[in-house]
Amino acid sequence: MAINKEELLKLLKLGFPDAEIKIDDLAGDNNHYAASIKSSKFKGKTRVQQHQMVYASLKGKMGNELHALALTTEEK
Amino acid sequence: MENVQKKIDELVKSKDVLLFMKGSPELPQCGFSMTVSKILKDLNIKFHSINVLEDEEIREGIKKYSNWPTIPQLYIKGNFVGGCDIVKEMYQKGELQKILK
Repeated sequence: MAINKEELLKLLKLGFPDAEIKIDDLAGDNNHYAASIKSSKFKGKTRVQQHQMVYASLKGKMGNELHALALTTEEK
Repeated sequence: MENVQKKIDELVKSKDVLLFMKGSPELPQCGFSMTVSKILKDLNIKFHSINVLEDEEIREGIKKYSNWPTIPQLYIKGNFVGGCDIVKEMYQKGELQKILK
């Protein structure tokens, strides 16, 4: 029920190749992260849509292997 | 399964402010659920809450309904507003206060 930081970053990079991504492991347990993602793909999308795009890039891991991912998304 | 989606749709549309959470506002069972209910309380918003831990069908169904993988989920006037991060951000920017007026 965990995912390491490198794997998380890899998935996000695949989903958002142009993005500036910052990930913090909040609890040091590979299960609670905060990520901020700045990508041009977010242009014109609502916040809900932006976060849905991020969850989609994680291919079903969110809410399963990954318990907590505090998200901040921003247009680039 | 379809019945659950219909039930959720009716629920969401029957309340002005509805929070799907883990636990109750008095006794939240997860830090993210606690944060959102605290924000609503802090704004003196009257809201209804549903404890998804008491209903597995709703717990899974609501994730499909909104295409959103996590709990809590806040609905205002039938619309999905967001989870903890979005609610927090909207609160900090004063946007939540505006749409709740």
